[in-house]
Amino acid sequence: YLRVETVYTMKNCEYQQIDPRALSVSPSSAQRHAEERAPRPRRKWEVFPGKNRFFCDGRIILARQSGILPLTLGLIVVTCGLFFAFDCPFLVVHLTVFIPVIGGVLFIFVVTSLLRTSFTDPGILPRATPDEAADVEKQIDTSGSSTYRPPPRTKEILINQQVVKLKYCFTCKTFRPPRTSHCSLCDNCVERFDHHCPWVGNCVGKRNYRFFYSFIISLSFLTSFIFGCVITHITLRKYSPCVLKPVKALFKPSRRALPDILCIYQIFDIIVLFMGWMRFLKVLIEICLNSLLVIVILLCLDSVCTVVELVICFFSIWSILGLSGFHTYLVASNLTTNEDIKGSWSSKRGAEESGNPYTYNNIITNCCVTLCGPMPPSLIDRRGFLPPDEAIPAASASEIELPPFVVKNDAHMCTQSTKDVLERMVHSFNRQVLCPPSTPKTTPLGPEVSSTAAPPTDASPHSAGFSRQHARQPVPASCPPFSRSSKRDSLHSINPAFRLASPSPTLGRTTLILGDTPDIGFIPLP
Amino acid sequence: MRQQAAIAAKVFIQRDYTNGTVCQFQTKFPSELETRMDKQQFEETVRTLNNLYAEAEKLGSQSYIEGCLACLTAYTIFLCMETHYEKVLKKIAKYIQEQNDKIYAPRGLLLTDPIERGLRVVSFPALSVVDGKYCLCIERSLRWNVPQAQM
Repeated sequence: YLRVETVYTMKNCEYQQIDPRALSVSPSSAQRHAEERAPRPRRKWEVFPGKNRFFCDGRIILARQSGILPLTLGLIVVTCGLFFAFDCPFLVVHLTVFIPVIGGVLFIFVVTSLLRTSFTDPGILPRATPDEAADVEKQIDTSGSSTYRPPPRTKEILINQQVVKLKYCFTCKTFRPPRTSHCSLCDNCVERFDHHCPWVGNCVGKRNYRFFYSFIISLSFLTSFIFGCVITHITLRKYSPCVLKPVKALFKPSRRALPDILCIYQIFDIIVLFMGWMRFLKVLIEICLNSLLVIVILLCLDSVCTVVELVICFFSIWSILGLSGFHTYLVASNLTTNEDIKGSWSSKRGAEESGNPYTYNNIITNCCVTLCGPMPPSLIDRRGFLPPDEAIPAASASEIELPPFVVKNDAHMCTQSTKDVLERMVHSFNRQVLCPPSTPKTTPLGPEVSSTAAPPTDASPHSAGFSRQHARQPVPASCPPFSRSSKRDSLHSINPAFRLASPSPTLGRTTLILGDTPDIGFIPLP
Repeated sequence: MRQQAAIAAKVFIQRDYTNGTVCQFQTKFPSELETRMDKQQFEETVRTLNNLYAEAEKLGSQSYIEGCLACLTAYTIFLCMETHYEKVLKKIAKYIQEQNDKIYAPRGLLLTDPIERGLRVVSFPALSVVDGKYCLCIERSLRWNVPQAQM
């Protein structure tokens, strides 16, 4: 009889109710109990398991390595600044006042799109909760007895009559939905993963692909516009009858030559901006070469220089316009960069034109779906509060949803009384138990954890439950200690027969975890 | 002595990807719930949820207008108004709560909103207050398929 109840509580401990939002709560959960007296609720972004950085109290999300984003911003801002400072005065006078207006509008578009791309959650999938992970494991490991991790598991499903393989993500402990990929730089699974863009400092995925696309399109327009204006400016200056002068006078230290030199500097800036889409070292080399080339040409020749500048800039513009063109192709055929690079669909050429099961076979529909489709919400709740013992998560729409820390839900008052009855029974049955029972009905964990003050700092999703057990350890010195790895083994290696065979060692464990298990199953009664 | 117990076995209903990446859930009735509730009602709930999600992700003129307007205003319009998707999500939350009140809570079941789990699963954490021994049996058979003879 006793043996049976041991087994049950052992099993129950594997299904600790932990935050269903699957964000690792372990480092803070134990601390939360400790600092319950201090009323500082922590938000979920503070314990987010991926490699992201958060600003503005969770409103802004960035990848951890966002080093190149300031460079991108800087290049754009500096080039536009020079454009407004030196080209616009001349062109407003000689052409039209709309030049700075158009430039300003494009500049605002570019910067807004860039910031939106960088700071938006690209469609990060939250990691699976332990019970969900266990459910998936159960469905896979039908043998259920091995602790050996099998090779990458795949599941095949049919999408639009085409076989698609879903891979299992070991980090997020779930089968990835179709078109989802795990970004190793951000350590997150991202829906409709396109690529990780270092210039933007974030992954590009389902939720921010439209911002990224509008960024590169508007940047193409902006750079072409600035390039055109600069060329016009130089041309007007050089060949306009009223300002005609020999080429060599360009470099005489005269006041009138200054704007021309600045125009050349501006071309260099544009070249840097264009070349910035390639590797950084190459950028420096090409800047030097280009500037030398332009200076030489300007010194030697006159009429050909404009043509040569155009040729130089054509190769530079190719990179940004090429990128825009490539992404336009992707949008029109409803592909992601990831799929295109891997060639996921090109080999599956059956009777249809393309093997892509997601395409609508209509360019306009594909474009509308990708760019103007409904905007899905963020699945990671960054600004929600970590549930303390007494509160329900702020983002929970349904008030009666099972809360993460079961210890305090009123729907679990029966659980509490169950636990107490069980504990009393266990204590009455074995006198050698030295572990103290859990004290109050509502927060059995609170006092213990705050008193032990030894929470594990590991951020694994399992450790929230385990931390409670660890916290209990110092209190009863004679209770057999157990490690987290053994708990994990028990989660994965289900062998009830084994446990049944050795009742006495497990008995000590039983009392340790007793107060913690929220989903205790029963009371066997005499 | 009053015997109370609570099972918190969870039943997960996974996504159904046969129509692509649209958010749909499988309507297959899970075997664990066979004793607890009616198949028709369950399927109707899941079907209604699927319809609501389809409505949220529908590519109609409204979503296109919203998308174009957002693009033209440099996406600042989302600071003022909430998207169609969010409106439907609110509707879904209300529907789930109403279903829980009317159908599932009386049977001791709880339906969790899929948005809480990243739209990956719908889960039924099953609460029930019944006689202790029977609870135990059910839980065991749910999880480990261990013969109940040990009882």
